[in-house]
Amino acid sequence: MKVISVRNLTKRFGSFTAVDNITFDIEQGEIFGFLGANGAGKTTAMRMLCGLSRPTSGEASVAGYDLYKNANRIKENIGYMSQKFSLYEDLTIRENIRFYGGIYGLSLSDIRSKTNLLVKKLKLEDSINSLVKSLPLGWKQKLALSVAMIHDPKIVFLDEPTGGVDPITRREFWTLIFEAADRGTTVFVTTHYMDEAEYCNRVAIMVDGQVEALDTTGVLKAKYAAKDMGEVFLQLARKAKRGDG
Amino acid sequence: MKALLFLLEKEFRQVFRNPAILRILFILPVIQLLLLPLAADYEVKNVKICVVDYDRSPASQRLVHKITSTAYFKLVDFTDSYAKALQYVEYDKADLILQIPAAFEKNLVRENTSTLFIAINAVNGVKANLGGAYLRSVIQDFNQELQTELIQLPRQNLHPVISIASSNWYNPLMSYRLFMVPGIQVLLITIVGAFLSAINIVNEKETGTLEQINVTPIRKYQFVLGKLIPFWVLGLVVLTIGLFISWLIYDIVPVGSLVTIYVFSALYLIAVLGLGLLVSTFASTQQQSMLISLFLMMIFILLGGLFTSIESMPPWAQAFTRFNPISYFIDVMRMVVLKGSTLYDIRDHLFKILLFGLALNSLAIWNYRKRS
Repeated sequence: MKVISVRNLTKRFGSFTAVDNITFDIEQGEIFGFLGANGAGKTTAMRMLCGLSRPTSGEASVAGYDLYKNANRIKENIGYMSQKFSLYEDLTIRENIRFYGGIYGLSLSDIRSKTNLLVKKLKLEDSINSLVKSLPLGWKQKLALSVAMIHDPKIVFLDEPTGGVDPITRREFWTLIFEAADRGTTVFVTTHYMDEAEYCNRVAIMVDGQVEALDTTGVLKAKYAAKDMGEVFLQLARKAKRGDG
Repeated sequence: MKALLFLLEKEFRQVFRNPAILRILFILPVIQLLLLPLAADYEVKNVKICVVDYDRSPASQRLVHKITSTAYFKLVDFTDSYAKALQYVEYDKADLILQIPAAFEKNLVRENTSTLFIAINAVNGVKANLGGAYLRSVIQDFNQELQTELIQLPRQNLHPVISIASSNWYNPLMSYRLFMVPGIQVLLITIVGAFLSAINIVNEKETGTLEQINVTPIRKYQFVLGKLIPFWVLGLVVLTIGLFISWLIYDIVPVGSLVTIYVFSALYLIAVLGLGLLVSTFASTQQQSMLISLFLMMIFILLGGLFTSIESMPPWAQAFTRFNPISYFIDVMRMVVLKGSTLYDIRDHLFKILLFGLALNSLAIWNYRKRS
C-alpha cells in the first residue's frame, strides 16, 4: 500500500526552483532515505509533504489524503521532527508529552499511559519532572522523536534528526526508528550520514532539486559499481551545479 | 476546542515559569506607579531667581520678600549688578532675573507708576514659561496691595479691577497625580497587551516550536487564541494591580464605575493584542520585535496625550492621534476616574476602539496568512 505518492511536485521561490518536478511513491512500513547535498531541495520537499509549505505545482497524497484538499487530515496522521529542536525547553518532560498528546486529541488516560511507557523506554523516569532544557542533546533528540510519534502516526518525517549527536546516541536513535518501522510506521528521513543511508530500505538522492536516483541501497551500489552509499552519493552529487546553501 | 485548553494550559505554565515576564507583570506596575507620578511632574517648583535691586527701598524689600516667601522661588542671590546676575544665568544657576530699577519706590509714590524688568532663561521652555508667569502673578498681587494702600483718596478705585474667581472641576486641587496615574495604567496595560504578546509569539518562531505546532492539526485560529487569551487575562490582572496601587498609595478611587473601566479595558486589550500579533508577523526574532515595539511605543506615548495635551499639538499630529489607540484609552481613564463618565458617555470611544480591534486583528491575520 502506498502511503506517500508524489507526482511532478515543484516548488519555486521566485525564479529559483528549489524542487524540480519530483515523482516517487513510498510503501507503508518503509524506511525511506532522502539524501542530497545542502541546498539540493530535501528539506523543501519534506516541508511540502508535511503541509508547512505550499507546492507551486504538481500533486501529492500523504497517508491517503490529498495535499491541497485535506491538509489538516494529513497533519493528524503524520509526525514531524526537524533538525531544530522542537520541544518546549521551559516545560518538563511530562508537560511536553501532555501538551503534544493533548493537541493530537489523545484522551487524558491515553496521555497518562503513553507518558509512562515512553519514559520507561527512554529510561527517563527519574527526570520526568525536570525541565527539558536540563537534558543532554542526545536525550532531547530521542525524546523529541518519541513525542513526534506520540499519536501513532502513519508516517513520521525526520529532517536530519541526528545532527550533532554522538555515535552511540545515533545508534539508539536508529533503534527507535527500526522499532517504529516494525510497528508499521513509514519513516521518511533526510540525512547527511552515509552509514545512516545504509539503514534505509530505499534511498532517493536529490541533486539540484531533482531526484537523480531512487532504489534500494543494494541496487544503487551495484548500478554505480560502488562499495558503499558514500561512493554512490559522491558520484551523483559531483554533478551538482548549485553550490552550498 | 480541547486543543485550545491544552494550549492555554501550556501558555500559562510558561508565563509563570518565566521570571522576566513575571517581573514585568508584577514589579513594573509598582515601580512605574510609584516613581512616575511623584517625579515626572509639570508643576514647576524651585525656580531659581536672582534679584538685582538698584533701589534698596522698603518697597523693593517688600516685593522681594513676597516673592521668596512662596514655595515656587528660590533666591539665588540678591545683588546690585545686572552683569553678575546674567553670569548666574549663564552658569545655569539662575532661571530668572528680576531687575528693580533705581527710584522704584519714589516713582511709585510720586508718579503712581514704575517699571520692573524680568529676564528669563528659556533653555527649558516649560520652566521659563511657568516661572515667568508665576512671577508676574506675584508682582500683580503686589501691585494691587500697593494700590489699596497708596491710593487712599478718592476711595473709589481709579482703575477698575476685574477679579477672577475660578473653580477647578473634577480635580479640585489640580493634583497632577490624579491626572497622571490613570494615564500610566494605560501604558502598563499596553505594554502587556501589545508587546509581551508579540515577543512571546516571536519566541516560538525563533526556537522552532512554531514549526512543530504547524505540523500538528492545531488550527491557526486556535494557536492565535491560545496566545492572545493569556495576555488578555494578564492585561486585566495588571489593570487590577494598578487600580489597587493607585488606591493604596494615592487614594485614587475612580469616580465612575469599575465596570466601565473593565469593559473598556477588555476591548482595548483586544485591539492592542491585534497590534502585538501584527508586530509578531513582521518580526522573525525577538530582537526585531522588541525594536519595532519600542519604536511604536515611543510614538504612541509621546503623541498619546499622557504628558502633553493633544489639543495643543499641531494639526497633523492631532490627526495622527486619531489612529493612536493609547490616546483613546488615556482619555477614557481620565474621564471615568476623574469625572465619573459612564459607558454611555464613552460610547464614541468604545466604538472606535472596537474598530481598532477589528482593523488591527484583520490586518494581522491577513499578513499572517500571506507569509505562511
